[in-house]
Amino acid sequence: MFSKTRRIAAYPLLVIALVWAVLMGISIGTVHIPILSVVNIIWSNIFQTPLAAHVADMHENIVMNIRLPRVVLSGLVGASLAIAGAAFQGLLRNPLADPYTIGVSSGASVGAVLTLFFNLSLPFIGLYTLPVVSIMASFITIFLVLFFARQVDRTMRVETIILTGVIFSSFLGAMISLMIALTGEELRQIIGWLLGSVAMRGWEYVGIILPFFIIGTVILLLHAKELNAMSFGEDQAKHLGVNVERKKLNVLIAGSLLTGAAVAVSGTIGFVGLVIPHFIRILWGPDHKHLLPLSILAGAAFLILADLVSRIIIAPAVLPIGVITALIGAPIFALILMRRRFERS
Amino acid sequence: MKEVDCMIDVNQVTGGYSNEPIIKDVSLNVLKYEFFGIIGPNGSGKTTLAKLLSALLPVQTGAIQLAGRPLSEYAPKELARLMAVLPQHSSQTFSYTVYETVSLGRYAHQKGFFNSFTQEDEEIVQDVMRQTGVVDYQHAKLDELSGGERQRVYLAQALAQKPAILLLDEPTNHLDLAYQKDLLDVLKRWTLENKLTVISIFHDLNLAGLYCDRLLLLKNGQNIICDKPDEVLKKERLECVYGTKIEKNPHPKVPKPQIMLVPEQLSRAIEPEEIGPHLLKHIDDMIWLQTPTPMKTMSSSVTGAGLGWYRHFVNRHVDKGYDCSDHRAEMKRYLIEKGLDPNDTAGMMTAVHLEQAASGLFEGDGFSVFVMVTAGVGNALDVTQGEQHVKAYTPGTINTWVLVNGDMRDESFIQAIVTATEAKTKALREMAVMDQLTGNVATGTSTDSILIAATQKGTVLEFAGPIAPLGQVVARGVYECTIQALKNDRNWRHDS
Repeated sequence: MFSKTRRIAAYPLLVIALVWAVLMGISIGTVHIPILSVVNIIWSNIFQTPLAAHVADMHENIVMNIRLPRVVLSGLVGASLAIAGAAFQGLLRNPLADPYTIGVSSGASVGAVLTLFFNLSLPFIGLYTLPVVSIMASFITIFLVLFFARQVDRTMRVETIILTGVIFSSFLGAMISLMIALTGEELRQIIGWLLGSVAMRGWEYVGIILPFFIIGTVILLLHAKELNAMSFGEDQAKHLGVNVERKKLNVLIAGSLLTGAAVAVSGTIGFVGLVIPHFIRILWGPDHKHLLPLSILAGAAFLILADLVSRIIIAPAVLPIGVITALIGAPIFALILMRRRFERS
Repeated sequence: MKEVDCMIDVNQVTGGYSNEPIIKDVSLNVLKYEFFGIIGPNGSGKTTLAKLLSALLPVQTGAIQLAGRPLSEYAPKELARLMAVLPQHSSQTFSYTVYETVSLGRYAHQKGFFNSFTQEDEEIVQDVMRQTGVVDYQHAKLDELSGGERQRVYLAQALAQKPAILLLDEPTNHLDLAYQKDLLDVLKRWTLENKLTVISIFHDLNLAGLYCDRLLLLKNGQNIICDKPDEVLKKERLECVYGTKIEKNPHPKVPKPQIMLVPEQLSRAIEPEEIGPHLLKHIDDMIWLQTPTPMKTMSSSVTGAGLGWYRHFVNRHVDKGYDCSDHRAEMKRYLIEKGLDPNDTAGMMTAVHLEQAASGLFEGDGFSVFVMVTAGVGNALDVTQGEQHVKAYTPGTINTWVLVNGDMRDESFIQAIVTATEAKTKALREMAVMDQLTGNVATGTSTDSILIAATQKGTVLEFAGPIAPLGQVVARGVYECTIQALKNDRNWRHDS
């Protein structure tokens, strides 16, 4: 039972968790910055007030140019992956579905690896070549998946989409392996990117993901009711009055946009899109009206903390963030599944 | 039929999945506030037709009109406001609560960019949850509910759409008897109160016949017949469409037909053993006849009265002073005491001593009749003077058994009763039995009982009137046995 009060309590709880994660993420590192200074620096930069006397200039530089963009970026990536995962799971009626299942992540990865492999640099966008190619590749992938699914089955049933996505994922995964096998000295760079990282990206990367994040999130939040209806099966959703074909396309596009942008700026970071929505659903129920916004908050907080752990656990060396999410996410996921199994029996 | 009264008009529709049309050239129309049933064997296209009606599948040729407008012109939300569907199966991947599930029914009514849930929506949701009896567990998760409860939740969701038409696919599938009846009663009431038009697929022909105003019978995607249940549920038609042997009977309480299957093992013709005197036994105070297989029986016995199938036939002697206040229960106890199953026994009572019983086997052409009569004439009367005999029920005085080795029709049972009664009356006159009160010739006694039973195997005996072969034998047998029984009675009284 998910009482209304319990669900409403979820919002302040997760907002507090997110704020705490942001402050921790900025404060902790090789150079420790007191939380009060962090608050002061951010406050003064937003409202253009003078810094307090006790705050060091170096700290302001670290916060504003290194740690804050990194925390914001990991927050946006975590939020994008979580809400996209929640939406894909509702749409495909499969709690194990996520951006990876329907091939979107693999598509984005192929785009990124291609850029690295051929050392591409498109005119005018230079530095942005990798994210742009990556997002384009994720779009091409989702449209190819949908196109083939439609060829197989005109009504594009969910099973057909998942199957097509799995086939595309395998094929694209093989292409990535092929490029890695053919790479010499670039190997480390590609592998590093594939494992995912939000390090040393700066504000430009925040600028890349932000518009996609806003557009994708708004579209998905407007489709909460349709996702609820489609959770009961496409036929049932149709009977309830949902224009299934169109809404399904909207959700798929928005989800791909979010995934493509996230993969472009941070590489492939697994388990966020899978674990976070699952977690929210168990705690606060499957209603997408709440599941989607709560997934944004929890996803952001989770990835910020995961990034923090990746920075400090073997400091000064940095672990790829994908390793952390998998190391934390997989056992939690296993625990959740086992608990559910015990509850049922 | 007026144009306005037609809710759904299906005109020569062909459709199904991609290449292979499943529904072929089907036409039908459903009237406003009608309870319309779709029946047919597995694979006949019932569900496909429902999907065509709910626009899940496209029509290939032909046209479907809904409330006077082509189905294809409806926007999804418009259609959902007009027609709700209760599906056979519903997938639930995530555990929504009952309330959340029912609320989704309001989707089609929510307007504006944010589809906001209004106070009116809330009231309707609470209202339909009360109507379907799920309001008490509205905060429970769907996967915590039983199949029947879940079915009612989905019904509530459909009703929350406030539809004019409700389309159901085997709504009683997972429900036990009481829930089946409750659900269909409610749907029927709503059609009668002019609130809803119901179209439902039925697997159970009896339920379909009981509740539907009209039925469509499909086979191989084609319309076999669309008419009133009495016309559609004809034995020969159903046997042909379903390819199996069935029997049809009237419902005991309401004027609707009921279909019965005939299990192969039970209907297989066992070489019948002739029912005859060798089966008759006198044990203590009863005459008991046990048959190897049950006999179809029509009787006015104490237990097993009316129509039924019985293997035991008992004529029991009771004293004249027998307390008749609760004779049925007492008779049951008596049978159980004797080791007989009251549900398998047609049992009569008589005050006559059983030594006076007369019986005999009478041969006909391809059949035979075994008759047993016990006759006492203490209460003999003229049937037209009954009002003068004010006397409470006392145990029967002329009990007649007619056991037929043959296959009788319902009408021949009735004719056999008439023939046997006339033969008895003739015997009474022959023996000059008088109504003591009025001095007229008696036609029977005040509490006579009769039993006609047949093995339902062998020669088909369609008639049992006085000139039919069976009638002739019954008349002769009853007449002779009654005369003999009356003689025995006279001798016995004479002796004692």
